Amino acid sequence: MDQLDSVVQLLDSEGAVVDDVRYQSTLDDSALLGLFRDMVLVRQLDEQATALQRQGELGLWAPLLGQEAAQIGSGRALEAQDFVFSTYREHGVAWCRGVDPVDMLRFWRGTKHQAWDANVHRMYGYQVIIGAHALHATGYAMGARYSGRVGTGEPGRDQAVVAYFGDGAMSEGDVNEAFVFATSYQAPVVFFCQNNQWAISEPTNRQSRIHLAQRAEGFGLPGVRVDGNDVIACHAVTLAALHRARSGQGPTLIEAVTYRMGAHTTSDDPTKYRDSADVELWRGRDPLDRLRIHLRAKGILDDDLQSELTHEAVSLADRMRERCRELPDPQPLSMFDHVYAGSDSRLDDQRREVETILSAGRVS
Amino acid sequence: MVQISIVQAVNQGLRRAMESDPQVLLMGEDIGKLGGVFRVTEGLQKDFGEDRVVDTPLAESGIVGTAIGLALYGFRPVVEIQFDGFVYPAFDQIVVQVARMRYRSEGALHLPITIRMPFAGGIGSVEHHSESPEAYFAATPGLRVVTCADPADAYWMIQQAIASDDPVIFLEPKRRYWQRGDVDTAADLSAALPMDRAKVLVEGSDCTLISYGPTVATCLQAARQAAEDGVKLEVIDLRSLSPIDMPTLEASVSRTGRAVVVHEAPGSGGLGGEIGQRLTESCFYHLEAPVLRVTGYDTPYPPSRIEDDYLPDADRVLDAVEKTMGY
Repeated sequence: MDQLDSVVQLLDSEGAVVDDVRYQSTLDDSALLGLFRDMVLVRQLDEQATALQRQGELGLWAPLLGQEAAQIGSGRALEAQDFVFSTYREHGVAWCRGVDPVDMLRFWRGTKHQAWDANVHRMYGYQVIIGAHALHATGYAMGARYSGRVGTGEPGRDQAVVAYFGDGAMSEGDVNEAFVFATSYQAPVVFFCQNNQWAISEPTNRQSRIHLAQRAEGFGLPGVRVDGNDVIACHAVTLAALHRARSGQGPTLIEAVTYRMGAHTTSDDPTKYRDSADVELWRGRDPLDRLRIHLRAKGILDDDLQSELTHEAVSLADRMRERCRELPDPQPLSMFDHVYAGSDSRLDDQRREVETILSAGRVS
Repeated sequence: MVQISIVQAVNQGLRRAMESDPQVLLMGEDIGKLGGVFRVTEGLQKDFGEDRVVDTPLAESGIVGTAIGLALYGFRPVVEIQFDGFVYPAFDQIVVQVARMRYRSEGALHLPITIRMPFAGGIGSVEHHSESPEAYFAATPGLRVVTCADPADAYWMIQQAIASDDPVIFLEPKRRYWQRGDVDTAADLSAALPMDRAKVLVEGSDCTLISYGPTVATCLQAARQAAEDGVKLEVIDLRSLSPIDMPTLEASVSRTGRAVVVHEAPGSGGLGGEIGQRLTESCFYHLEAPVLRVTGYDTPYPPSRIEDDYLPDADRVLDAVEKTMGY
């Protein structure tokens, strides 16, 4: 099974434009430059977070290295009124939703379970349970339908929901149930599967004998394979699926074929289970390199702009480093907050107990 | 005042909740045209439409998982799990997602979801239709777990559960579904006893029987029989399994000095152990005897032809009472 078999591609790995009868890019020069900037900064963000973990400032980090195009291309296709549910690797999507990278770190440093305000960014926080949120996205999309926020044609009114997950999640019952519910109710949801070839140590062929997108047909929704390292194609394919969802034509499954260049998380050692030749093959398909070549060939990216971007990336990294160390630990007593809407006598008793322990500790 | 069954009481309670709040929406298997396998939702789809009484695919995790999304959107979903033994595929979504949303988001998000299910045995049904899974949920922080034992509580508590901003597991005692009782449906919801409060049904001075759901009737029967022998048993309907209304239990047990907890679920790891422990901590100097339990045995639910030997009955309750008197 060729990994890139039948993918939609608008920019090849050499940076050359590819014609596709189904999808066309709607991106002008400044939008293309914007995507490039996003990818450069998100790669820097990822690298800095990985370094912070190595320095002991974060408990864990799940690197997105290699998946910048899939996340930025799809993330920049979203409208403000849309809503996103994602896994713990979608730092690039969170970036597109306006989440401050410093806020992302809160989750990994262990100061918060929900790193950012879901209502403000219209993106729910990192979901750790594999595939669980595909159902949340579907239910949210059903809510949009029941609330008359689908198919009105009014700009800014119709909503779509995107569920991001990986190739491993395609085996989870919840994801398959989400496909059933989404098609049954024609919910305005886009399932964006980043097939990065690895579910920790298990290759995609442990999850499926056919391309993941082909599964869609059995559920009765369209399935599209896209070159996940081609930001232009990812943007075009997502844009079309979102339009389809918002206009009331139902869900779509997108399989973005990409590669997890780094470890599963900072606790993982991929040299134990994968071949470096495979990694090198995918290094040649790098999502940033191909867009850089394309933009340079088009004359929209020159050395000045490139060095400006490099400066911006460095200052982002500096800021993350500084601010990460300053992130405050929660107050110990806050562990008792927000378990229930009202008060609970068990928790009140336990809070008092901890209060006593803490105050005794301060005296000694 | 009307005389109705628990099935009708839940049905009318759901109807009233749907009338008073347009965001209330019902989801479940066979709840639409059929009205649910126990007819609890009968007639509701006809009156409120298919978008508010939603027949779902047969996937319990899917039902609860999509209810989470709907609740995040602003709806107040009421989920029906067809039988107690069918809830386990949804267990992950309930304990990992539903229970923790408020905590995880530091109060920014909440899930006012009610998960209804008929529970416990005694109706001669086949495997997986007679289970008492309440301890799993009562052990999960973030969930409220309640159950009713009569039509009036069924009517009011389902409305309170739906109005609650916390997720609520609402257990319906299926073998009492057709038990009838008076309900003042004209009264105001705010006047009803809050769902997290226990209720003293019979006052007595010799021993306190603490139970909930289907075995409340068993305890009432035991109290009547004991009274014939001059033994005065106090009967408390717990109603809320999480949180537990300890002040009401403590007030009673401090007076009687003896307590027997009765439930259908297996004894090990059950509510009885939790209640007994907490009474021991809070009422130690008032206790004349250890708190005893009368429960289902530590087996899977047996085939129905022998379920009467498994289920706590009045005789077993009275044996336990006699035992506490012997200390």
